Amino acid sequence: MATIEILGLEKTYRVGFWRKRAKCALRPLHLNVEEGEIFGFLGPNGAGKTTTLKLLMGLVFPSGGTARILGMEINDPRMKAQIGFLPERPYFYDYLTASELLEYYAQLSGVAAPERRRKVAEVLGRVGLQDAGRMQLRKFSKGMLQRVGIAQAILHDPRVLFFDEPMSGLDPMGRREVRDLMEELKQQGKTVFFSTHILSDAESLCDRVAIIHLGELRGVGAVEDLTSSVEGQVEIIWHGSSVPASLKALSTEYHLTGDTVRALVREANQDAAIDALRREGLRIISIVPVRTSLEEYFMRKLKPSEAAAGVRS
Amino acid sequence: MSARVVHIATNTFREAVRDRVLYNLIAFALLMSGAAILVGQISIGIEQLVVVNLGLTAVSVFGVVIAIFIGIGLVSKEIEKRTLYTVLSRPVQRWEFIVGKFFGLAGTLVVNTLFMAVGVFAALLYVSRGFQRADAWILVALYFIILQFLMMTAMALLFSAFSTPLLSAVFTFSLFVIGSFAEDLRGFAAMAQGTSRWLATGAAYLVPNFSSLNVISSVAHQQPVSTQLIFSNSFYALVYTGMALCGAVLIFERRNLK
Repeated sequence: MATIEILGLEKTYRVGFWRKRAKCALRPLHLNVEEGEIFGFLGPNGAGKTTTLKLLMGLVFPSGGTARILGMEINDPRMKAQIGFLPERPYFYDYLTASELLEYYAQLSGVAAPERRRKVAEVLGRVGLQDAGRMQLRKFSKGMLQRVGIAQAILHDPRVLFFDEPMSGLDPMGRREVRDLMEELKQQGKTVFFSTHILSDAESLCDRVAIIHLGELRGVGAVEDLTSSVEGQVEIIWHGSSVPASLKALSTEYHLTGDTVRALVREANQDAAIDALRREGLRIISIVPVRTSLEEYFMRKLKPSEAAAGVRS
Repeated sequence: MSARVVHIATNTFREAVRDRVLYNLIAFALLMSGAAILVGQISIGIEQLVVVNLGLTAVSVFGVVIAIFIGIGLVSKEIEKRTLYTVLSRPVQRWEFIVGKFFGLAGTLVVNTLFMAVGVFAALLYVSRGFQRADAWILVALYFIILQFLMMTAMALLFSAFSTPLLSAVFTFSLFVIGSFAEDLRGFAAMAQGTSRWLATGAAYLVPNFSSLNVISSVAHQQPVSTQLIFSNSFYALVYTGMALCGAVLIFERRNLK
């Protein structure tokens, strides 16, 4: 049984003041996330990532479909005791200190009284705020609030974590720390589901990713599997001061620098390009396969033409 | 009661205290001190009447303003600032949130009223140089004022569960004004004919009857309050508050937190 099972979850809002019209925020979404996975939910702004997370948290109600987390319905309090959630750009009760806020959340999560103080001190240390526990949240910077957000999500030792844009507002050091924390959570056997539009984070962290755009799932799978499905290219560098016409036809792009030329050629055209260079008597310096990045895959999945062709996997 | 309701209520109370809501007590203390000193100089023989009337009316007005202006933000502010997301993603039911918020603000108003009551009795002691047995009816008037606050808080929460803060304030304040003239509305309904009688009767029973909860004038005149009125008002206020809270819960249970 998958830890997170999304079964045709969809959301349509009624917008407009007088004549209400339907606005589809999420088309029927089918997705499974296995136990112990770090799962990246990728998409540009307005793609439907936050809507999906809000549906899973029971903050908005689905127009259709359902979802189960740890085998329980999304509004089951027993399930909610076992999950942690970090909303996008979190904001907290700013009249409380960080320790008071975490203690309040620990109470709501049902953490036993004798354990509360220890857990609060522990998570504050874990997110690097051990010296800020007594400071009121209204004095916190954006990055510090993000850390508090992460602390409240992991406070009660949940089995499944949902992070909505967890790197947002963090400096490079903070992003690195969050990445380390997510890996640590994975090592502890936790399941992490996080949304982001920062692809490098997803590429370095995730076991699997899903790409969503305009409320529609465009692809899902392991990063290597997804990127290998994109036709590869090779980079050919040779000595020369011009690009022969035959090479121009075969290259997707080329650059001339001093006495070397660098051209990108589709894998299928690699042999023809090498033959052309030999015919011209040009000396090849190197031929290197270009690794397809998640970004390239992502951009392809977002192209309207491909969307129309139906690239759902 | 669920422990989570208690935690939410405690946090709501703490928010009111830290947001300096109880600072209104300073204004109240100044008002009562000024009144007590002035009344002694300008009124002869009716000092007690003036102090009780002014004191209890001030308790009511200060409390109603707090109930409206904090009550309307109890839910909408949490949605707007998204603080609700990290609460409702925990094992907290939506009804627990609404009920906890209600008790938090109700607790704030009760504490506020208790401090003000001390102020009223202190001013009364200053002008009368002692208490009389009939002054005990002031406690009943204060009890009725607290019942009024409970109803106002529940109504503010009800409107706040589906409307914007501005509209909630308008609705709640309008109901307070209409409810203060509920007896007159019932009198008008009794005299009206046909459809207007039907409409006026419906409106008279729908709006909160704050007229019967207002015994400030009779208490100031040291007139007793009947036990029957105490019981009927208690029952009425609790049922009305309960119904308004149920309405707030029913609406909030279905609300999308966009």
